[in-house]
Amino acid sequence: MKMTYREAVREGLRHVLKSDPRVFLMGEDVGRYGGAFAVSKGLLAEFGPDRIRDTPLSESTFTGAGIGAAIGGMRPIVEIMTVNFSMLALDQIVNSAAALRHMSGGQISVPLVVRMATGGGRQLAAQHSHSLEGWYAHVPGIKVLAPATPNDARGMLVAAIEDPDPVFIFEHATLYPVEGEVDDPFQPVDISRSTIRRAGTDVSIFAYGGSLGKALQASDDLTTAGISAEVVDIRVLRPLDEATILESVSRTHRVVVVDEMWRTGSFAGEISALIMEKAFYDLDAPVVRVCSAEVPMPYAKHMEAAALPQTANIVAAAQEILGRHG
Amino acid sequence: MAVQRRKPAKRKRTSARPPKRGPGVPASRDHALSLVREMMLIRRFEEKADELYSLGKIRGFLHLYIGEEAVCVGAMRGLTSDDSVVATYREHGHAISRGISPGTVMAEMYGKVNGCSRGRGGSMHLFDVSRKFYGGHAIVGAGIPFAVGLALADKMESKPHVTACFFGDGAVDEGEFHESMNMASLWKLPVLFICENNLYAMGTALDRHESVRDIAAHARVYGVHAEQVDGMDVLAVEAAVERNAKAIRRDGTPRFLEILTYRFRGHSMADPVLYRSKEEVSEWMTRDPISSFLLLLRNAGLVGDVDVEKLEKSVAAEIDEAVRFAESGEWEAVEDLTRDVYTPAGARS
Repeated sequence: MKMTYREAVREGLRHVLKSDPRVFLMGEDVGRYGGAFAVSKGLLAEFGPDRIRDTPLSESTFTGAGIGAAIGGMRPIVEIMTVNFSMLALDQIVNSAAALRHMSGGQISVPLVVRMATGGGRQLAAQHSHSLEGWYAHVPGIKVLAPATPNDARGMLVAAIEDPDPVFIFEHATLYPVEGEVDDPFQPVDISRSTIRRAGTDVSIFAYGGSLGKALQASDDLTTAGISAEVVDIRVLRPLDEATILESVSRTHRVVVVDEMWRTGSFAGEISALIMEKAFYDLDAPVVRVCSAEVPMPYAKHMEAAALPQTANIVAAAQEILGRHG
Repeated sequence: MAVQRRKPAKRKRTSARPPKRGPGVPASRDHALSLVREMMLIRRFEEKADELYSLGKIRGFLHLYIGEEAVCVGAMRGLTSDDSVVATYREHGHAISRGISPGTVMAEMYGKVNGCSRGRGGSMHLFDVSRKFYGGHAIVGAGIPFAVGLALADKMESKPHVTACFFGDGAVDEGEFHESMNMASLWKLPVLFICENNLYAMGTALDRHESVRDIAAHARVYGVHAEQVDGMDVLAVEAAVERNAKAIRRDGTPRFLEILTYRFRGHSMADPVLYRSKEEVSEWMTRDPISSFLLLLRNAGLVGDVDVEKLEKSVAAEIDEAVRFAESGEWEAVEDLTRDVYTPAGARS
């Protein structure tokens, strides 16, 4: 069965709203408008305004209210329009949601799900296009997911709502119209494991979210050049599934990490450091990172494309470390 | 162009002077004695904490509540055990008057595992979920959205509970205060906002941090019913909280209390209090909530010297016991460092 990423998130929402009366969705424009990315379209009519709640433009307060409601016995899903806007709720996320369990000595769990769009590629310029999920992956106490396929988008949301801890789901904004195969009947997705999307022997390409498609395309392109590239979908940024990463490196001995964050302090840097610490002697070449350029995202199409990691950059990086230039 | 000249409307302004005591009368001698005892317990607890801090037994930030005891003691009496409480970092009094034993609070300040937050929170993060006491929040204003969420959960589950949210006058400057007033009023949530206006945001006086010094007016802007209460009068606080909590249960809408109080000490133990005059402090100390209440009770013939002596003795014994409990507590095993970052597998909240 095929559906778009947008439909898959909506199906995930519908599934959890139906199966647990404690679940409700709140955020800016999620109700009447149908969601800024049309994800929640139709849900207001189906579930009513109590469970599909339009909020004021108050990120910090509706996120904080989500934390309180979760502790109070509900299962809120908070939608923050984009990761750029989540900066306004950073205090609630880092100082409260992530810390409450530990600093209360284990008395409080925060079963909150926060969804937000991330990433560039739609010419929305510097205040709507950034990828900051790696900042959140830095914080112990929260779980950070980045589904790249419709099946993961649907299945991870369902797994997230069943999780007793705060789970943050980053949906790359360019993925919403992308169609893909989904399990029928529905299967839950394991939110503790990364997954190998394509097996290969010469080089491992690690990617997640909006970069996964580019990594798979790069793998196709490399095949024509006689290079067998393995593509690993990181998909769980915290807690990180180190085993899958290290196991892939032990087989391919060469690594390209793709990440839409800025290169300096990127999540790709973390993957790279992990491999250096734990798989250094498996490597036949230095790890290469393909990240965004060190600029706030430009508006102009050609400049934005130049700022973001592209398939060609991934192909070139793989060829570089294999000593084979195209 | 015709200019309409009007006299400026008279506005109630929060004054730096202590309010005059109202004609409160306690419901009974027993009730009066229990209020006095609890205020004394909190006062002596904090005096002991001050001493232990100087000895290095307690570390970190320690924010004493001395002078404000009537607020938490009165407020908790006006709530039920089903109501939720959200407090700030100056919350020893709130925790104790919510029924958390002084021993577990003291042990928490020692950092011992028998503390109410296993020693992970310290003075600023006291928690007891069994008493619906949800912290202990040390970012000014951050507890307010949290309280809005607790109230939202109660409303969505049709529970007749109130969430009481304490914060200081400094929190009124935070965006979250205004966002939360708006949302609680818009969504008709059962929150009792309790602003403990002690006239200082850390060391910055109200008239140097607030453009509109009448704090209750901030709440009214959002259509929230707001009252000012004498925070040095435990009976006045008790009555106001009880009355407003009842109204919230009846109407299902938020309410706001601006409680006029004063802290006799600095913001924290690190504060040399250079920003206010001795005259101002001593003027407020004439309205000390404990001694002024005792005076009222003596004048009414409800309490005599023997009663006060007895109270002091039993409070001193309880504080000794609290220190003993903290001293004898264990340090949590370092192996447990990463415990409770995530909920253990299999456990469901």
